[in-house]
Amino acid sequence: MDWITTVDHKKIAILYLWAGGIFFGIGGLEAILIRIQLIKPMNTFLDAQTFNELITMHGTTMIFLGVMPVIFALMNAVIPLQIGARDVAFPFLNALGFWTFLFGGILLNLSWIMGGAPDAGWTAYTPLSSSSYSTTHGVDFYTIGLQIAGLGTLIGGINFLATIITMRAPGMSFMRMPMFAWATFITSAIILFAFPAVTVGLVLLTFDRILGANFFETSGGGNPVLWQHIFWIFGHPEVYILILPAFGIISEVIPTFSRKRLFGYSSMVFATILIAFLGFMVWAHHMFTTGLGPVANALFSVSTMLIAVPTGIKIFNWLFTMWGGQVRFTTPNLFAVGFIPTFTMGGVTGVMLASAPADFQFHDTYFVVAHFHYVIVGGLVLGLFAGLHYWWPKMFGRMLSEHLGKWTFWTFIIGFHMTFFVQHFLGLMGMQRRVFTYLPNQQFDLLNLISTIGAGLMGVGMLFFLANVFITSRKPADAADDPWEDGRTLEWTISSPPPEYNFKQTPLVRGLDAFWKEKTAGHKGMTPSEPVGSIHMPSATVHPFLMSVGIFIAGLGFMFSRDDFGNSFMSFLFNNYIVTALGLLITFGSMLMRSLFDDHGWHIEPEELEGR
Amino acid sequence: MTTAHAEASKGTLPHEPEKATAEGRNKVLAFWLFLGGEAVLFGTLFATFLALRNQTNDGPSANELFHLPLVAAATFLLLVSSLTSVFAIQAMHRNQPALLRNWLLVTVVLGAAFLGLEIYEFSEYIRHEKFGMTTSAFSSAFYTLVGFHGAHVAFGIVWIAVLIGQLSYKGLTVVTAPKIYVSAMYWHFIDVVWVFIFTVVYLLGKVG
Repeated sequence: MDWITTVDHKKIAILYLWAGGIFFGIGGLEAILIRIQLIKPMNTFLDAQTFNELITMHGTTMIFLGVMPVIFALMNAVIPLQIGARDVAFPFLNALGFWTFLFGGILLNLSWIMGGAPDAGWTAYTPLSSSSYSTTHGVDFYTIGLQIAGLGTLIGGINFLATIITMRAPGMSFMRMPMFAWATFITSAIILFAFPAVTVGLVLLTFDRILGANFFETSGGGNPVLWQHIFWIFGHPEVYILILPAFGIISEVIPTFSRKRLFGYSSMVFATILIAFLGFMVWAHHMFTTGLGPVANALFSVSTMLIAVPTGIKIFNWLFTMWGGQVRFTTPNLFAVGFIPTFTMGGVTGVMLASAPADFQFHDTYFVVAHFHYVIVGGLVLGLFAGLHYWWPKMFGRMLSEHLGKWTFWTFIIGFHMTFFVQHFLGLMGMQRRVFTYLPNQQFDLLNLISTIGAGLMGVGMLFFLANVFITSRKPADAADDPWEDGRTLEWTISSPPPEYNFKQTPLVRGLDAFWKEKTAGHKGMTPSEPVGSIHMPSATVHPFLMSVGIFIAGLGFMFSRDDFGNSFMSFLFNNYIVTALGLLITFGSMLMRSLFDDHGWHIEPEELEGR
Repeated sequence: MTTAHAEASKGTLPHEPEKATAEGRNKVLAFWLFLGGEAVLFGTLFATFLALRNQTNDGPSANELFHLPLVAAATFLLLVSSLTSVFAIQAMHRNQPALLRNWLLVTVVLGAAFLGLEIYEFSEYIRHEKFGMTTSAFSSAFYTLVGFHGAHVAFGIVWIAVLIGQLSYKGLTVVTAPKIYVSAMYWHFIDVVWVFIFTVVYLLGKVG
C-alpha cells in the first residue's frame, strides 16, 4: 500500500526500475524467441503470424516499456539529488506519470492473452496497421496502450523540466549543472515537443480503426504516408530521448573514474542542445524510399549527417577526459568505456544510412537492424548498465558485486557484438528484416547461427546481472555516502540511501562538480545555504493510482466498443460506451477530489532531523 | 500608491497571489511548458487537416458546408470570453473575489454558448449534409481537429466551474489563485487555437 500511494521520487525511481525491468525481461524473451526462429533457414519453430507479433512487441516493449522507464528510474533517483533539491517540482504528477506508464504497459501486454498481439511492426505503418490488414485487436492494444503510457512520459518530462528550472540549489547556475542533469533537461524538452505528435498519430489511427475514419485509408481519400511523417516526427527525436540520457550517464561515470573533470564541459552542453535541435530536423531520413523526391532526400540526408558533428565532439571529449587521468576500471566504468567504441560504430553506420542513395540499398535489411541495435543496445543499454552499477549504492545503500559485474559486462558485450556485428554483413548480402524465415544456401546460414548464439550470451549476461542484484539484496545496506570515493556531484554528499527529505540543509554550490570542489578545498562536505529548519513534505496519495486505473478501464472500454460479445449484457456495457464512461468517471472523479480537497502536506521538524 | 496602500491595509493577499508561493510559480511555469506540448498537438492536427482538406471523397466540400455567419458568431463568443477571463484575473489581482467569481461565471457561460453552437453545427452537418466522421478524409480531419478543440473547451468549462465552486467556499488564497491563473492561461490558449481554426479551416475552406 505504501508503494501504491508514495510520492517520494526515490521510491518512484525504484517502482520505475522494477516495472521497467520486468518489461525489459519480457522484451528480451521476445528477442530470444525471434533469434531461435532465425537460427536456421526454413525453421518452423514459430509461424509467420507469431513472428510478426513478436517483432512488433519486442520493439514496442523495449523502447516504450523497457528502456524508457529505466531511464526514468535513474532520472528520478538521481536528478533531485544532483541539483540539490528536496524533491521534484510536482511529486503528485511524478506518481501519476509512473502509474499511467505502468497501466499503459499492462494494457499493451494484455494483448497476448486477449486475442492477439499487435502485428504491424513497432512503427505500425499504415496500411499494414489498418483494420483491413490487421484484423485482430492487436493494433488497438498498441494505439491505446501506448497512448496511456505516453501520457505518463509527457507528465514526467514536464515535471523534470520544471524541477530543473526552478529547484536547483543556490549557486547552481545552468553552466554548473552536472551533465546528467543537462541530459535530463534536454531529454525532457524533446519529450515535451515530440510526444504530442505521436499522441495525435495514435488518436488518428485509433479513429481509423474504431470509428471508421479515413486518415490513412486511401479508399476514403486518406494518405498512408501521412502516418509515416507523423510517426517519425516523433520517432526520430525519440532516438535522442533514449540516447541523450546515456550520454549524460557516461559523462558522469568517466570523470569520476578518471579523477579528472569532464573535458570540454561547455562544448558537451552545447553539443547536447544541438543534437536535440537537429533531432527534430531529420525525420524524413526514415522515408527516403517512400518517394519524397531528390530535393527532400538531399536535405534530410545532409541534416542527418550534421548530427555526427556534435556527437563526435562528445566522443572525443570522453576520450580526452580519460587521457592522462587515473582511470579505474570498475564495473560502471567498464560499461562506460565499452560504450564509446560500440556507440561510435552505431554512429558510423548511421552516417552510411544517412546517404540517401546508399539507403536505397540498405533499406529494410539487417544492416538497419544492426545499426539501430548498435545505437540502442550498444549505446543506451550499456549506458544504463553503467548508470545502474554506478548509482545502485545510492539508490539501495548496497554495492553491487564487482566480480559479478565484470562477468555481466564481458558476457553481455561479447554476446552483443556476436549478435549484431554479423548482421551488418547479413544486411549487405540482402537478408530482409521483418521476414520470419529465409531460404538455405544464400550464405545467411552461418551468420544467423552466430547471431543467435550471441543473443543467448547476452541473455546469460542479463542473468549474471539479476544474480548480482539478488545476492546484493541479501547483504546489509552499508554503502558509504561516497562509495566510489571519487564522487564529484551532490548526490554523493548525503547518506546512501538518502533520507526521505534528501538534504537536511540545501547545499551551497560554488562551482562545477560541486562536491569535488569542496573536497579539493579540503572540506569534508558541502557548506549549507540555509539554517536547519522545518522541511515541508508532500503527503502520500492514492489518486494517481486511481486516475490511471480509470484511464486503463476507459481504454479497454473504448477498444471493445464495436465488438459483438455474444453476451447481451456485455455487449450492452461496451457498445454503449458504458465501460468507457465508467473509467473516465473514475479518472475525472479522482481529479475533482484532488482539486477540491487541498493537501498541504506535512513537515519534518528540526528536532526530528537532529534525532536521526 | 493608493491601491498599494489599500491592499496593505487589507493585508490578506499579495499583489500577484498566483506567484506568491514556490508551488504557485512552479505551477505557472509547468503550465507554460504544457501549453508548449499542446501547441505541438494542435500543430500536428493542423498539419493533418491541411494535408487532407481537399480529399472529400465525393462527399461535401468545405465550401458547400460552412456557414460563415454561424462560425463568426461562435468566434465572437469565444473571443469575448477570453476578454472576460482577463477581467477575472484583473479582479483577482485587485483582490475582489466576488467580481472575480462573476467574471469567471460570464466566461463559463460564453464558453458554453460557443460549445452549444459547435454542437448545433456538427449535428446539422451530420443530419442534413450526410457529413460524418467516416464520409471522407476531409471529414475525419475536420471533426478531429475542431472536435479536439471543442473537447478542450468542454474541459475548460468544467474546470473553471469547479474553480468557481472552490472559490466560494475556500476564498481567494495563495493556493486557489494559481489554479485560477492557470485556467485563464488555458482559456487564452484555446482562444488562440480557435483563431487558427477559424482561419485555416473556415476562411480557407470558404475562399481558399
